[in-house]
Amino acid sequence: MTLSEKYKDEIAEILSRYPVKRSALIPLLYLAQREPGYVTEAAMTEIAGLLKLTPPQVYETATFYTMLNLKKVGKHHIQVCKSLMCALVGSDTVIGWLRTKLGIAPGETTADGLFTLSAVECLAACGTAPMMQINDDYYERLTEEKVDKILADLRTAGTSPLKSGPYMWPESAR
Amino acid sequence: MPKHELILLKNMMQPGYTGSLADYEKTGGYQALRNALGKMAPTDVTAKVMKSGLRGRGGAGFPTGVKWGFLPKDYQGPRYLCCNADESEPGTFKDRQLMERDPHQVLEGIVLACYAIGAQSAYIYIRGEMVLGSKILEHAIGEARAAGYIGKNILGTGITADVWVHRGAGAYICGEETALLESLEGKRGLPRVKPPFPATHGLYNKPTVVNNVETLANLPHILSRGPEWFASIGSPPKSTGTRVFCVSGHVKRPGNYELPMGVTTRELVFEYAGGMRSDKPLKAFIPGGASAPFLTPEHLDVKLDFESVAAAGSMLGSGGVTVMEEGTSMVWAALRLMEFFYHESCGKCSPCREGSSWLVQTMRRIIAKRGQMQDLETLTDLCKNIAGRTVCAFGDAEVSPIMSTLKHWRHEYVALIHEADAANLIRPESAGTRH
Repeated sequence: MTLSEKYKDEIAEILSRYPVKRSALIPLLYLAQREPGYVTEAAMTEIAGLLKLTPPQVYETATFYTMLNLKKVGKHHIQVCKSLMCALVGSDTVIGWLRTKLGIAPGETTADGLFTLSAVECLAACGTAPMMQINDDYYERLTEEKVDKILADLRTAGTSPLKSGPYMWPESAR
Repeated sequence: MPKHELILLKNMMQPGYTGSLADYEKTGGYQALRNALGKMAPTDVTAKVMKSGLRGRGGAGFPTGVKWGFLPKDYQGPRYLCCNADESEPGTFKDRQLMERDPHQVLEGIVLACYAIGAQSAYIYIRGEMVLGSKILEHAIGEARAAGYIGKNILGTGITADVWVHRGAGAYICGEETALLESLEGKRGLPRVKPPFPATHGLYNKPTVVNNVETLANLPHILSRGPEWFASIGSPPKSTGTRVFCVSGHVKRPGNYELPMGVTTRELVFEYAGGMRSDKPLKAFIPGGASAPFLTPEHLDVKLDFESVAAAGSMLGSGGVTVMEEGTSMVWAALRLMEFFYHESCGKCSPCREGSSWLVQTMRRIIAKRGQMQDLETLTDLCKNIAGRTVCAFGDAEVSPIMSTLKHWRHEYVALIHEADAANLIRPESAGTRH
């Protein structure tokens, strides 16, 4: 099914936000990525048509941004922040746990296609480091027990209650 | 706990505050908007902001009112406001809290800014990873639109200001205002050559203002309580108001602390953030995000305001204060940040694109105890050939970790190189600066 058939109303709403069509490019690429987890070449060609761009124009934008996947990733894309602020409080250890528990190195996907592990740069959660993002959700103040629980939750339920809510500091004021 | 009055974080500190429109209105929310729109000339709003001394909270610290004043006065076509919510500077996590916990405070600031500059459309460019933040903002926009605070004919005044959330897709450089505009136009986020500046040629080549989330969140308060009140807080006359300082690293209580500008790092770390994590002495800190040069314990009493931090050889930047304890390798710390900049260089300018790669390789060689003394010269040469030679300020930022650690902790680099010498008395290959 093409994107236009599948997301007709949503595409119309996105296009209505901008006076210049090309601005809708990243939002439409996100839409294309929503279900398969990555952007296919067919989707990029279709988006080019929708926005009156050439496929290379779509491709040049798509290849610039790290959140747009051009290859298949696991069902749960685990991205551990490795920048200095997280590294100071143990992000390398977190990556080590995940390597052992999942049996894969950063950049790899488990054989069952469930998890992809990535070491990424700063995700703006330095006060609650070490942290990781899995798909749309942040998981912060990671401990080994917490990582175990999150992986178990994702395996069984596909989601975990340990994900962060709206960020608040101090937490007591929540 | 706080000795100082909170401004931006005040609402959310109240028990049970959810950030909903009803909660925000109960605290006096949208009163500034009611009192300004149609009742005060847009130029008066700008004048008040100018008088308050408010400066940009994103990093550069440019006076907000002055920025608005650059827009052409007689231009008849559309103008745009972009709220820079691409919070990506390592060490910074304040905008996230402002957006997720009190979104209407940001939205009221956005509509006030739209009114002042005559913009009918505003885009909140939020970093792509903050999915939760974008959902919260979209929900809040819906509430505000239904209540007549956003959209067409706001509160019956005939004024239009529409607001949309636009998610980025994972590129640090899009926090640079012209890269943000390129990205918002659906292109690669490559900074533009300036001039022309966004004030005349911004989004879609139209007059545009780009303001940070925290900057905009201050506006309702400046208008409600007056520019004189605001200008009396902090370190007047040049650094007025509060900053939401983001404390990270080796402290007991990392988090966001809103304090008047001019507080010292000593107070911030030891009075507010609970002191050092393991009670080891503080060895180094970064006062304003990854782009700000490292400072030493000697600088603990430097006031955290724009001028004082600059005089100490660093910058207040985004307000991200990262603290490192004794025992942290400064070469390792500089390499970690360098890897960030290497990853995030957009690739437009050769000095930055190529230089960042050379810097990372040279640093990795030193850390791996394969370095030579001439590597230190190479590092310095590379840094000097990057800073000031790129289209945007990224070039200046990326050299600061290495330049500042070389300045204060050169002996750590030398020690690693001496270890390398000891380990390689018989060199397998001739020396040379291969990259």
